[in-house]
Amino acid sequence: MIWDWSFALEILPVLARAAVISIEATLLGFAIAASLGLVLAVIRIAVPWTGWTISVLVELIRSTPLLIQIFFLYFVFPKFGLVLDAFTAGVMAIGIHYAAYCSEVYRAGFDNIHRGQWEASIALNLSSWTTFRDIVIPQAIPPIVPALGNYLVALFKETPLLSAIAVLELMQTAKIIGSETFRYTEPITLVGLFFLAMSLVSAALIRALERLLNRRNTR
Amino acid sequence: MGIRTLVAMLVVSLAVIAVLATQATYRLFLPGLLQGAVLTMEIAILGSLLAVIMGVLAALARMYGPAPLRWLATVYVEIFRGTSALVQLFWLFFVLPQFGVTLDAFLVAVLALGLNVGAYGSECVRGAIQSVARGQWEAGTALNMSRAQMLRRIILPQAFIAMIPPWGNLFIELLKSTALVSLITLSDLAFKAQQMNQNTFKTIPIFTLVLLMYLAMSLTVSIGMRLLEKRASLGLARGKAA
Repeated sequence: MIWDWSFALEILPVLARAAVISIEATLLGFAIAASLGLVLAVIRIAVPWTGWTISVLVELIRSTPLLIQIFFLYFVFPKFGLVLDAFTAGVMAIGIHYAAYCSEVYRAGFDNIHRGQWEASIALNLSSWTTFRDIVIPQAIPPIVPALGNYLVALFKETPLLSAIAVLELMQTAKIIGSETFRYTEPITLVGLFFLAMSLVSAALIRALERLLNRRNTR
Repeated sequence: MGIRTLVAMLVVSLAVIAVLATQATYRLFLPGLLQGAVLTMEIAILGSLLAVIMGVLAALARMYGPAPLRWLATVYVEIFRGTSALVQLFWLFFVLPQFGVTLDAFLVAVLALGLNVGAYGSECVRGAIQSVARGQWEAGTALNMSRAQMLRRIILPQAFIAMIPPWGNLFIELLKSTALVSLITLSDLAFKAQQMNQNTFKTIPIFTLVLLMYLAMSLTVSIGMRLLEKRASLGLARGKAA
């Protein structure tokens, strides 16, 4: 018997509980990524000489594997006397990794704002903070949102990496079920199907959001 | 980022590795890690090869294939883009044997990463083909060329140039994903790092070296793809639009 329906139904609740952890990790990781990315992008605009440093930093983070970064955070912090539990270390690593990607998204969004808009606000004697808040951000957001959405989905698909440091998310739970029952087919396939379903639904949502934002923005 | 900055970063990272290698703690780990890096590179190169083949085939099947082939390609792309690379790796490694197909870990690694990245690649092949101006097809029709001829002689050579930058990104994604194969017992760079860390607890030297080694490999790919792009677009006035 290759596929056992009753076994699949039996493990479904266990996997559902683990899915909550995966989703929590996704949301927390994305919150870090989106806010840290924004901070990086804003520093880059506000403090001119940081541009080069931040690009090198982004390149460094994007050029090395997330799995190694997770290990690095998880194993290195204790060396400095700061013991983080696996979930926190993992979520931080994912958040920092994706912050590098998000900062590029914000940067592209801000670069899209025509220079004349900044000049016009100088002419109107607006402070740079007011310009940023009332003029730049409202125009920059529509193209940024779908791109960030894509990274949210990508980040979600990276959460199985947390199983490598034994966080009890979906993949780790599936592996434990597999090693206890010697049946890997159902747990791993169910995890795959769960990710597939979430990805397809979120891709559809992002497309809908994109259409909505475009409609409101056509002048 | 300009090619010069990338070359500078590569030189700096190699120099840092060289300087660290003069220190006793670091020198201890370098040979083992280099061994792992060789396996990482093997998987990355074979995986990239498979990814390119799958990407081109799936894109062509989705754009010009008959209906069943089109559906098959769509299902392939959606499944591999919709699930996690690690899940795919585990599925091929743990579940496939239950269907009577047992592959060794190296083959599983190349297959999973190649198929995963190929699915993303098919979208960039499709985008590149669509970016070729419609007039080119019309000119081909005017010259009484068959569809296959037009594709082979006119469209693909031009699409090729537009494909280089996104493929460069995908190759780096694939190189980074090779770290996952350590979780199905292959002794690649990430595996060696973990093993040495568990044996010696010299976390900082080991992981610093590993990160630098991955960085050097990624930068080499970036630089190679930039050079390829420069060469391929010689004599073609496409501008910098990509």
